[in-house]
Amino acid sequence: MIDVNDLVVSYGTATALEHVTLNVGKGEMVALLGPNGAGKSTLANTLAGLLKPSSGTVEIGGRLALIPEGRQLFPDLSVADNLALGGWRSGERDPSFVYDLLPRLAELARRRAGVLSGGEQQMVAFGRAMMSRPSVLVVDELSLGLAPNVTADLAAHLVELNQSRGLTVLLIEQNARLAFDLCSRAYVVESGRLVAEGECAELADDPRVAGAYLGGAIT
Amino acid sequence: MSAFLTYLLNGLAVGCAIALIASGLVVIHRVTGVVNFAQGTFAVVAGLCTSSLLGLGLPHGASEVTAVLVAAVAGLLTGLAAIGKPGVTPLSSLIVTLGVGVLAYAVEIVLWGDQPRSAPGLAGSVTVAGARIQTQHLLVIAVTALTFVALALFFGRTYLGKALTACASNPYAARVVGIDPRRMGLLAFALGGLLGGIAGVLVTPLRPISFDTDVTLIVNGFAAAVFGALTRPVITLLGALLLGVAETMAAGYGYGSHQLEVALGLMLVVMIVQAGRRTAISQEST
Repeated sequence: MIDVNDLVVSYGTATALEHVTLNVGKGEMVALLGPNGAGKSTLANTLAGLLKPSSGTVEIGGRLALIPEGRQLFPDLSVADNLALGGWRSGERDPSFVYDLLPRLAELARRRAGVLSGGEQQMVAFGRAMMSRPSVLVVDELSLGLAPNVTADLAAHLVELNQSRGLTVLLIEQNARLAFDLCSRAYVVESGRLVAEGECAELADDPRVAGAYLGGAIT
Repeated sequence: MSAFLTYLLNGLAVGCAIALIASGLVVIHRVTGVVNFAQGTFAVVAGLCTSSLLGLGLPHGASEVTAVLVAAVAGLLTGLAAIGKPGVTPLSSLIVTLGVGVLAYAVEIVLWGDQPRSAPGLAGSVTVAGARIQTQHLLVIAVTALTFVALALFFGRTYLGKALTACASNPYAARVVGIDPRRMGLLAFALGGLLGGIAGVLVTPLRPISFDTDVTLIVNGFAAAVFGALTRPVITLLGALLLGVAETMAAGYGYGSHQLEVALGLMLVVMIVQAGRRTAISQEST
């Protein structure tokens, strides 16, 4: 569903991604790990079509939705309006099916998104992405700034969607433990380059990746 | 007392016309971040068009609607020039709108000459609590009220209006969900043209319009828009009404030649106060 081949993305003279190749198969849930500034969000934005590659190819086999880093809601609009605008591409205007999935959002529907807690905002971002009826979901930092129980709740929804509806997921995370718990495979990116990839169980035993767990550089 | 009431009501009408110009500025700035200095041009184009169309024998209503649509097209073309190219900064776009305004002078002089033109509006006057007010002034007030209600409904109730608000609120997030902020910006420019056009067709029967009338219109409109921090339509409306009343009072009580100074002075005071507030807020947050 996601095929990235020899991707290079630059901001002016600065290269953010260098010759990155990765793939995520249909129905897979794959993690992309890396420290701040590694190029993870650049990859997410490129997959979503918001950045143009300098070279290489990106192929997406279906409709892709992005849950961006930092939620990125429309703070002046209500939760219901945020969700409705999530259906801009799909033409979906009725958020009922999202309320079925995330009942808490129905209770928050009339509240302004800007006044919600971090966890509630992440839930809105999740629901907004689902409004586009995606077959591929890219989640940029699901756990960022959230309490562990809130993260666990959202992660459970993600797993449910992956397993019951076959949603393909690329989970971009700094929290490697969470990513390894949820995903079957993972890629590790640092300074714009892929430095490791493989099954999560194998990567967890890799001493280089253990360094990344602790926030150290991979050597 | 009746003179005061007359000035007040006439001032409200003048303020309404200013509010229409200012609301166009606000709509464009909210969505694109661009201060559109060609906003007065849209009113001039609509006013001159109305004059010509009525002169050609087109009936009232059709002439005004056509003129407003021409102004909307002028808005769209200005938008294409200002933000059509991806990656242009708001400051560069502002300079482009200034250029469009100057170019419009040449086009307007070629098409309509350099002499002021007027157009017949609603004739007659009515007396309200002893104060005489022209019927055209009442029309300006009524149309402005309807326009602001329509704007509130458009932005508050329609999907497209909310998409425009979304672009103003978070352009990156708008792109994430698939909304194209550049297209929305062009729509905002067309809407700005429409609002400027409405102001133009309403004002032309009250005062002759020539190619350079846009300066007075944009100074007043900008003053009101600054009052609303270029983002808040209701505060902008209040600012415009205040400005209209202040100018009309100044003219009515013998300071007619200083109307523009009143607008500029008010704009300066508001900008200084707002700059002071911003400095205080940024100091508190550090």
